[in-house]
Amino acid sequence: MGFLQHAENLITGLGSGPTKWIRELGKTALFFIEGMFYIFSYPFQFRKIIGQIHFIGAKSVFVITLTGAFTGMVLGLQGYYTLVKFGSEGVLGVLVALTLIRELGPVLTAIMIVGRAGSAMAAEIGIMRITEQIDALQTMDINPIRFVISPKIAGAIISFPLLTAIFDVVGIYGGYLTGSVLLGINPGAYFSRIELSVMMEDITGGFIKAIVFAVVVVTICCYQGYFVHLREEGFGARGVSMATTSAVVISCVLILVVDYVLTSFLL
Amino acid sequence: MPTPLIQFEKVEKSFGSNTILKKVDMEIYQGEITTIIGKSGMGKSVLLRHIIGLLQPDSGRVLFQGRPLLKMKREERRLFKKKVSYVFQGNALFDSMTVFENVAMPLVERFRMPKADIRDKVREKLEQLELFKVDDHYPSQISGGMKKRVALARALVTDPEIVLFDEPTTGLDPIRKHAVHHMISGYQKRFGFTGIIVSHEIPDIFYISQRILMLDEGNIIFRGTPAEIKNEQNPIVREFIKDQESRLDDLTGMAMQTQGEKRFHEEMDRLERYGVPFSIILLTIENVEEISLRIGHMAAQTVLKDFSVHVQKHLRIIDSCSRLELNKLMIVLSGSNPDRAKIVCTRLSIELSGSEISGEQPFPEFCFSISAGFIGVRKGDKLADLIADAESKQDMRYDFRVC
Repeated sequence: MGFLQHAENLITGLGSGPTKWIRELGKTALFFIEGMFYIFSYPFQFRKIIGQIHFIGAKSVFVITLTGAFTGMVLGLQGYYTLVKFGSEGVLGVLVALTLIRELGPVLTAIMIVGRAGSAMAAEIGIMRITEQIDALQTMDINPIRFVISPKIAGAIISFPLLTAIFDVVGIYGGYLTGSVLLGINPGAYFSRIELSVMMEDITGGFIKAIVFAVVVVTICCYQGYFVHLREEGFGARGVSMATTSAVVISCVLILVVDYVLTSFLL
Repeated sequence: MPTPLIQFEKVEKSFGSNTILKKVDMEIYQGEITTIIGKSGMGKSVLLRHIIGLLQPDSGRVLFQGRPLLKMKREERRLFKKKVSYVFQGNALFDSMTVFENVAMPLVERFRMPKADIRDKVREKLEQLELFKVDDHYPSQISGGMKKRVALARALVTDPEIVLFDEPTTGLDPIRKHAVHHMISGYQKRFGFTGIIVSHEIPDIFYISQRILMLDEGNIIFRGTPAEIKNEQNPIVREFIKDQESRLDDLTGMAMQTQGEKRFHEEMDRLERYGVPFSIILLTIENVEEISLRIGHMAAQTVLKDFSVHVQKHLRIIDSCSRLELNKLMIVLSGSNPDRAKIVCTRLSIELSGSEISGEQPFPEFCFSISAGFIGVRKGDKLADLIADAESKQDMRYDFRVC
């Protein structure tokens, strides 16, 4: 009996972690689906969605331009010194453009927005929860997911691809700056090679990634804030700080994991 | 007995291994203020949250007009929720919205009214609650008492039929506390909603409640009127309200109603045993409602406080003065026959009449209309009858104004 009991406890212990994770995953998916559903429910919340595009999108343009420029520049430098060994520095443009459009553009944009807007979303919603503002919405028969979450999902899905596009373009010019202006590659060769090599699939692939990252980031960040009161290890302000940390960490890790999965499908 | 508006039937609720409600049965009647009292952490707020649907019972049912809430169809539940408002303990104002947007919120999102109508309605409610020139302020820019009033305005802006108050006076000073009680009672009379209050403010809350429920260890151990709870024999109830009996009214600095009654019975005892006469004087502030409306609840309470201090200065040390109701003070004149009571009453009315009750009267144009009635007590008289007599006998009344 004793042995059986131990064995049962061991199996329960082993299983409880994964089942908890699966349950959490299911809840997150339902949370996203509900949020998505209410984007299209009447009356449309245009003003709030535009507000979110302004917050997630417009306000991130500067930081995205900055990171895009330096990423492109460093790619230009690294690429040049690698390619020059094989005498093929002429394809620098292709290297910079494809790396940015397929990989670095969507991934770095997503990670930058997690830091800038995702953490803010988690903290804002978390504070609304602990100060009973979400309960107050419920008592007024206003659906909090519709009111708080849906505009953020819509805002993120619209902003992410646009920001990614800005990142890509600025990055390509960054590569041009180091490759052509500083290191002397022919500008014509730089841009014409890009024109020849970059296919529409590369661009769509990049945008698909951007949209998927938007969904992942906004869902994780909002979910962490929304259910801050259910955290077992911290309440109140501490709970909100932990939720914000989890939102950023989980989002960043998931961006890289999902990126790998998507790339393997898209290639 | 009429049918209850809201009814709990054997409602059970646990959080993990912690059972909060154990088969609770309770009834809330239409048009009344029902107060739920009980020690902290006994689940009073949990009860309220079941009514509004923020929590669902593990077993048992919550009924609205005989219909279980959980079995209501979506539309029906929506209609029910439109009738109910909730005032949170911590106000739960939307801190990134202005005061105006906060109050307008339920109208914008739920009632979908035209903008001009919303503006008028919100302005009207803000004015009724004495919130002037704060439309564009954010909740963090206004005081605690104002936040409470904004929360109240937000709850009342939809003209609800049922308003739930979760500890509406926690953390407020005595004047603000009384102002909030006065406000709730005043608006309840004016708008006729059914009020359910969770409160610790015993016995202040008794002045404005028609029905009291006491929750202890997950069960309702008392249900009845404020008068009944004072004579309740259940030791837990007695213990709970006894703690408060020795207190002075923190607004007026006077003895509370129960102490006034106790004093009356002591004097009656002396009268019956030794024939020592005594009389009572009843001071009624006739226009406290009007003053509240015109200069605000807070200001009215401040003036009331100053007035009671002034009255006490004119009494002997052996006389006792206690607060009877929101606007009534009772003076027990020890060892005084009706003739002496008349002299005291006349003197009081002359001395108080037209006097400056506060060194810095902020509202000089508003005066209290006070009526003072006195009555000599005879053996076997009941306090309630005496009070009614003192109020009604015209020849024994003095009416005067105090500014």
